[in-house]
Amino acid sequence: MIWTRGVASAAAEQSFVPASKTSTVKEPTDEPAAKMKKFHIYRWNPDAPTEKPRMQTYSIDLNKTGPMVLDALIRIKNEIDPTLTFRRSCREGICGSCAMNIDGINTLACLCRIPTKTTQEMRIYPLPHTYVVKDLVPDLTLFYKQYKSIQPYLQRDTPAPDGREYRQSKAERRKLDGLYECILCACCSTSCPSYWWNTELYLGPAILLQSYRWLADSRDERKQQRKDALNNSMSVFRCHTILNCSRTCPKGLNPALAIAEIKKSLAFA
Amino acid sequence: MLANRAVQTSMRRLAARQPGLMALGSQGKFAPPAIVALSQRRPVATERLSDSQAQNSILVNQRLKRPVAPHLSIYQPQITWYLSSAHRITGAILSGGFYIFGAAYLVAPLVGWHLESASLAAAVAAWPFAVKFAAKVFVSLPFTFHAYNGVRHLIWDTGSMMTNQKVIQSGWTVLGLTVASSLYLALM
Repeated sequence: MIWTRGVASAAAEQSFVPASKTSTVKEPTDEPAAKMKKFHIYRWNPDAPTEKPRMQTYSIDLNKTGPMVLDALIRIKNEIDPTLTFRRSCREGICGSCAMNIDGINTLACLCRIPTKTTQEMRIYPLPHTYVVKDLVPDLTLFYKQYKSIQPYLQRDTPAPDGREYRQSKAERRKLDGLYECILCACCSTSCPSYWWNTELYLGPAILLQSYRWLADSRDERKQQRKDALNNSMSVFRCHTILNCSRTCPKGLNPALAIAEIKKSLAFA
Repeated sequence: MLANRAVQTSMRRLAARQPGLMALGSQGKFAPPAIVALSQRRPVATERLSDSQAQNSILVNQRLKRPVAPHLSIYQPQITWYLSSAHRITGAILSGGFYIFGAAYLVAPLVGWHLESASLAAAVAAWPFAVKFAAKVFVSLPFTFHAYNGVRHLIWDTGSMMTNQKVIQSGWTVLGLTVASSLYLALM
């Protein structure tokens, strides 16, 4: 066991490509029926900040890889290049860690199948227009700060009539469907050109969907304050109905509709 | 220390859940379950965001060095954002053209230009067909597209037609209508 581990790490060191080169790192294989597929992956190393970001190509055997893009990434990291960096946690689309741009679309690597066509090469980038921490890891500090700024929690002064819980009718509860499922993976926000150009001031689709989740909640009693906070030229109204957000959401939600509802509630208040 | 606490908490949890069981084995060793179950201790300290002025400056300095991930150049061409940018570009062409022509019309009598409809029509009539057609398309294409897509935006503002399928369908409908009607206008 120790012996094989030693060999694996030695192989990993050998196959590590210096930052200046972008040649293909090929998985060593002796199988004639190997289904080799190329993955072009965005690389940037904060330890060498003066070097420009580059694309590195890995070629791996799909027969030995799981069906999802995350499986391929994990396999590359484990067996070919341990320096490849990305976030991942649940591998089943509920944590939102592995959000990245795969073949031009923002999605979760764990929910995205690898197309089995080997001639088609995959391109993987970090979430668009984010500051890159390393390789596929984006800096989401501002995203979380914006989330905090909308006060994403129930606010009310009136105690529950029975002193136990705040009850909702079935119809009231149904209004939260399609909103509470959001996992804040930031796929939609970073797919939005408006958010790209106005990251600091525009809240972006994910945060606005969360905002609407509290506006739509029958138990919340701070609706007016919430609306007043949004009612300016930047927070909501930088949304130009581009609709990339709903198109890209890996959970199948509709942030654009939530934003439209916010706009309506501000216009007809 | 940590392992100790882990054992302690799990024992207490068990005690809280099944008081009878624990009472049998070890009388008096544990506090009454109702009390321990409520006093949960969390060894992990959470950080507050409010006192983060220092943190912010670190963030700003880091951003100076970090690259921005590629965006426009790598995002998949989709009818959503392509039509949106087309809407903005055609809007700029139309309003820009309107302002330029309006200003020119305003100063025309002073400079001696002839921009009245009759003289413009006479001038254009003398052009060869291809040039005439191209010039007309250059005006009619932005105009029809912007008009149809504007209607699409108005519908969206009511919160309807916003599913992915409807957005794609209406997008192609607008494109089809645009091509057909701008060609019709250009051939008139």
